[in-house]
Amino acid sequence: MRFVDEYRDADRARVLAAGIAALCEPGRHYKFMEVCGGHTHAIYKHGLEDYLPEAVQLVHGPGCPVCVIPMGRVDDAIAIARNPDVILTSFGDMLRVPGGHGSFLDAKAAGADIRMVYSPLDALKLARRNPDRRVVFMAIGFETTAPSTAMTVLRAAAEGVQNFSVFCNHVTIIPAIKAILDSPDLRLDGFIGPGHVSTVIGCRPYGFIPRDHGRPLVCAGFEPLDVLQAVHMLLRQLAEGRAEVENQYTRVVPWNGNHRALEAINRVMELRPYFEWRGLGFISHSALRMRDAYAAFDAERIFQVPGVRVADPKACQCGEVLKGVLKPWECKVFGVACTPETPIGTCMVSAEGACAAYYNFGRFTRQRTRKASRA
Amino acid sequence: MITEEQVLERIRRARERRPRVREERITLAHGAGGKATQSLVEAVFVDAFRNPALEGLGDGAVLGVDGARLAFTTDSYVVSPLFFPGGDIGDLAVNGTVNDLAVCGARPLYLSAGFILEEGFPVADLERIVASMAAAATRAGVHIVTGDTKVVGRGKADGCYVSTAGVGVLERPLTLDATAVRPGDAVLVSGPIGEHGVTVMLARGELEIEADLTSDTAPLNDLVAALLDAVPAVRVLRDATRGGVATVLNEIAQSARTAIVVDEAAVPIRPMVAGACELLGIDPLYVACEGRFVAVVDGAHADAALTALRTRSLGEHAAVIGHVQDDPPGLVLARTAFGGTRVVDTLVGDPLPRIC
Amino acid sequence: MCLGIPGEIVALLPDRADLATVEIAGVRRAVNIGLLGTSGDSGVGVGDWVLVHVGFAMSKIDEAEAAATLALLRGLGEAYTDELDALKGSDIT
Repeated sequence: MRFVDEYRDADRARVLAAGIAALCEPGRHYKFMEVCGGHTHAIYKHGLEDYLPEAVQLVHGPGCPVCVIPMGRVDDAIAIARNPDVILTSFGDMLRVPGGHGSFLDAKAAGADIRMVYSPLDALKLARRNPDRRVVFMAIGFETTAPSTAMTVLRAAAEGVQNFSVFCNHVTIIPAIKAILDSPDLRLDGFIGPGHVSTVIGCRPYGFIPRDHGRPLVCAGFEPLDVLQAVHMLLRQLAEGRAEVENQYTRVVPWNGNHRALEAINRVMELRPYFEWRGLGFISHSALRMRDAYAAFDAERIFQVPGVRVADPKACQCGEVLKGVLKPWECKVFGVACTPETPIGTCMVSAEGACAAYYNFGRFTRQRTRKASRA
Repeated sequence: MITEEQVLERIRRARERRPRVREERITLAHGAGGKATQSLVEAVFVDAFRNPALEGLGDGAVLGVDGARLAFTTDSYVVSPLFFPGGDIGDLAVNGTVNDLAVCGARPLYLSAGFILEEGFPVADLERIVASMAAAATRAGVHIVTGDTKVVGRGKADGCYVSTAGVGVLERPLTLDATAVRPGDAVLVSGPIGEHGVTVMLARGELEIEADLTSDTAPLNDLVAALLDAVPAVRVLRDATRGGVATVLNEIAQSARTAIVVDEAAVPIRPMVAGACELLGIDPLYVACEGRFVAVVDGAHADAALTALRTRSLGEHAAVIGHVQDDPPGLVLARTAFGGTRVVDTLVGDPLPRIC
Repeated sequence: MCLGIPGEIVALLPDRADLATVEIAGVRRAVNIGLLGTSGDSGVGVGDWVLVHVGFAMSKIDEAEAAATLALLRGLGEAYTDELDALKGSDIT
C-alpha cells in the first residue's frame, strides 16, 4: 500500500535506530509521551520499542477517545438505546466499553437495538431508511472525528431529516495536554504530537508547550518509521538545546490545519464549560456540545438521560495510566482482575488503550522478547 | 515494588485458571471463536459432557470403533448474508464439515444435513442452497445420507440455518495432536488468509465498501491427503475458521506448551484483503478462512510439505509462516514486517471495525 | 487516536459534489470530500491521494513532502554508517 509500506521498512528503521542511539547522551534517560492512542497502538503492533535504546522510554498519553469516556456517559447512551423506537449507532470501538451497568454489547444482548457504523454518514443513512425509528449517533473522538459529525449534522439539517440526532461526546486535545503538564508527578522530556488531530487543528495550538513549559513537541504520523523519526527529532532538539513545535508528518499535516473542518465544528458545536474525563476528572473547556441552533439534532436535549456521574471502580488506576504516571502493568488490577475479557477500565478495552495494547501485543519485556526471537 | 516479570507471571497463572462465564446472558462474543467462546465451551459444555474424546477439543473427535478409527464432527452455519461472492451457506456447510474431518487426518465419507427454516423463506433460495450443497458434496467426494427439517415462525430465525455432521475414516496410522508439536517444527498455512471473513463482512453491505473479493470456501480433503502422503511427520492440522489463523496458533501453542513465532511478512495475504483490513482497523490474522488450514510439521520436512501443497491449485500460495520454539510456552509471537516483536493473543470476541 | 488510511481518488461522483470514490489497495468506498473541496490549495480531484477517516477525506497527501521525508531518512543512513556497522552485531536483526 502506497504511503504505508514505505514507512514500515525495516532497513530505514535500523538507520533511525542508529541515529537515535547516537543522539542519546550517555547516562541520560529520556521520557517522551505519545499523546495519541493511535501511536500507542502502532508502537505495540509493530514492536517499535525493539528499536529504542533503554535510555528512551515512551509514556502513553490520554489521546484515546474511547478510554476517556466516563462510565456515566456510557450509561446515558444505553438509557437512550432502551427507548423501543431508538436505533443507537456508534463505532465498533465503543461496543465493549463498560458503563456502570455493562457495555453496549450487554445492552444489545438484553434487547436494545445498537448497531455499529463505519461513518456518521452511515448513521444518517440508517435514519433515512428507517423513518419510523429515531436514530441516535453516539459521537466520540477528538478534533479529527468532530468535523465528520458536524458535516453529518449539517447534511441532516439540509435534508430536513427529523429522526436523526447526535449524542455528542467529542473532546479536545489541548486541555488534556495542559492537564498532563500541570500534573505534578510526571517529568517528561518531550511530546510526540497527535498527527491526525493536527490535520484539523494544525501545529500552532501546541506552541504553549515549548513556550510555557520548555518542552519540544514533534507532530508525527502513525506508521512505525514516523514514530521513530519523531523520537529522533525530539532527541536532536534536546541535543541542540532547542524546544520547538516541529512537524514530522508533513505529507499529511498542514501547519495551519484544515479551516473548513474547524469551520464545520464551529458552526454545529461549541465548547462545554467543563467535561468529565475518565481518570482525569473534570477539565474545563475540554469537550464539545451541540449549539442551540442544532438543538433538534442534540440527543441530550431530545432524550431524558440519567446523567449520573459514576465513580470509576476504586481498584482501577486508568487515570494514572492515562496521565503516564503508571505503566499499564504497574496498575494493581492489571492482567488479573482487569483483562480484555473482563475489563475494569477503559484503557483495557480500546484497541489503542495503553493497557490493552500492552496486554495484547507487548506483554513481554524487551529483553525476553529479544532472547525469545533470537532462539 | 513489584517487577514487570512478576506481573507477567501473575498473568500467566491467571490465564491458566479454569475459565468461567461471567456474563448473565449470551453475547455475540460467545460465538466469535475467541476467548469468550473458549470460556463458554470449557466452562459449560466440556464441564457437563466430560470424556476423553471430547477433551482434546480438536476440530472433530477421533473414535475407535471395532478396530477402525473414525472421525466425527458437527458444525452449524448461520452466515449472513446467505449468498456471498464465491459461495453461499450451502457449500459452506458441506466444506466446513468436510474440512473438520480432513484436518483430523480422516477421509470424509458421510454427512448429515439439518435445516432450520424461517416461515416465509423463499423455496427458490432453499433450492439454490441445496443445489450448492449437492455440488460441494460431489466435489469433496462425500454423500449426504440423512437429514432433518424444522420450520420456525417468522422472526425466529434469519431465513435459513444449516447444521451438518460428518463421519470420516482414518486410513493412515498417524495421530494428529497439538501436544505432539515440538520446538524446531515449522508452521505452514495452505493459502492466502482472511478472504472469507472480509468477503462476508463486505457482502453485508453495512460498511459500503466494494472489493472484487470472493470467499475461499473449498474442500480441503485432497490437499490434506497430498500433504500427508508426502510428509509423514505432520504434527497437527487445524482448520483456520472463526478467529482466524491467530486463534488456531494460540490453541496449538497452549496445548503444546511451546511458543510459536510467526514471521508476519511471510503470511500470504491478498492486497485487497490487506487493504480492507487496514481501512477497518482489523488484523487479518484474526479473520476467518473457510478453505485454509494451518499445519505444523517437523522442521526438517518443511520444504517437502510446502512442495506437496503447492502442487495442488488450492495450495499454490501455501507458505511457511513461522516456527515453534520452547520459550515462552503458550504464547504466539509475531516478528513484525517492521522488524519488531509483538504478542499475537486470542481475541475476546469478533474483530470489530474501529476508528481509533 | 483516529485511524486514518491513505487512498487514491479514482472518481468524483457526478450527482453528488461532496462525494468521491476512493481506492485503497483495490478496495473502494465513497468518501465525503466536503472538508477539502475541489478547488483551491486543499482542493482535490481524481489522482490525488487523501487521508480517509470515518468516511471523510481529512487531508490531501502531499507527494513531494512524502518523498522528502523518505529522502531525509536515506540521508540519515549515510550520516550514521559507523553506528549502523556497530548495530549489525547487535540483536536487532
